[in-house]
Amino acid sequence: MTGVSAPIAVLASRVRADEKRVLSELDRRGVGYEHVDTRALWGFLGHADGRIVLNREIGQVRAHYAASLFEQAGARVLNSARAIGTCGDKWHCSVALARAGVPTPETALALTPEGALEAFDAVGYPAVVKPLVGSWGRLVTAVPDREVAATVLEYVRALPNPQSHVVYVQRMIPKPDRDIRVIVVGDEPVGATYRRGEQWRTNVARGAVSEPCALTPEITALALGATRAVGADIAGVDLIEDVDGALTVLEVNHGVEFSGFQAALGDAVDVAARIVDHLVAEAAT
Amino acid sequence: MTAVCLECEGEIRPADDVQVNEVIECGECNVELEVLSVRPLTLALAPEVEEDWGE
Repeated sequence: MTGVSAPIAVLASRVRADEKRVLSELDRRGVGYEHVDTRALWGFLGHADGRIVLNREIGQVRAHYAASLFEQAGARVLNSARAIGTCGDKWHCSVALARAGVPTPETALALTPEGALEAFDAVGYPAVVKPLVGSWGRLVTAVPDREVAATVLEYVRALPNPQSHVVYVQRMIPKPDRDIRVIVVGDEPVGATYRRGEQWRTNVARGAVSEPCALTPEITALALGATRAVGADIAGVDLIEDVDGALTVLEVNHGVEFSGFQAALGDAVDVAARIVDHLVAEAAT
Repeated sequence: MTAVCLECEGEIRPADDVQVNEVIECGECNVELEVLSVRPLTLALAPEVEEDWGE
């Protein structure tokens, strides 16, 4: 972190299509920046660094500590360590949503696998169990009945990480074969897409296809409320509709991937440009 | 701008706009390679996906 003067830093250990779009937009506008590979990043406690930092680190642990490292030096980091800490843990995210009055599915937390069966019973079946930390739908499991719940908990008990033994259980909302992704940048929605998949986990990383979705006032209000609740500047908000069309917010993603979103909405939006607009505006303040 | 695949020694010819830390795939053996520098083009085997990677 020493000896650099570019007003903007972009943190990324892996440059995916999303990061290429952002870097290309910065280049196109002639905005100076430093691309920082977080794998080589270190800094002193108390070192001064007043830059605006776009945090596109793909690893959550590195993203969280990198944000903290820059923030303690005086930098403004998008997204902040606080936002990453909240979004990066499904329980903390649910708590933030509930406290802000954002509708989210009924959720329970059990502190041991032994205590979780009672939580499953209370939430009711079918339920969903999710790892506290993780993305792309990894290990998110549908639990149709008590017998499957007991078996899943046997596997959970065998996991080595103590954090894995804390069990996050959520009521499964019967929904169409799609969810809704809204991208928010700087307190404004960029757009919305449906993510439609053949399996119930409608993550793009699991093969779901993005399609345009109208950004209604209700979707906008929920997405902005959720983004504010977690304190994010740039967010991917996931919503689901139940069979009656009522919307709830599942989670907020702090390191939003937008290639599928961009492809679905085409020329109607330019996510990278909106991110760069926000970075440049922050750098000017 | 070419390099040799670290796995199969096939020729790697990335797109003109390739960036440092981008991951490209060998057309011959499909291994993922990380771009360490563009000029000269140097590559390393890409890191495995870790448990906390994602959005």
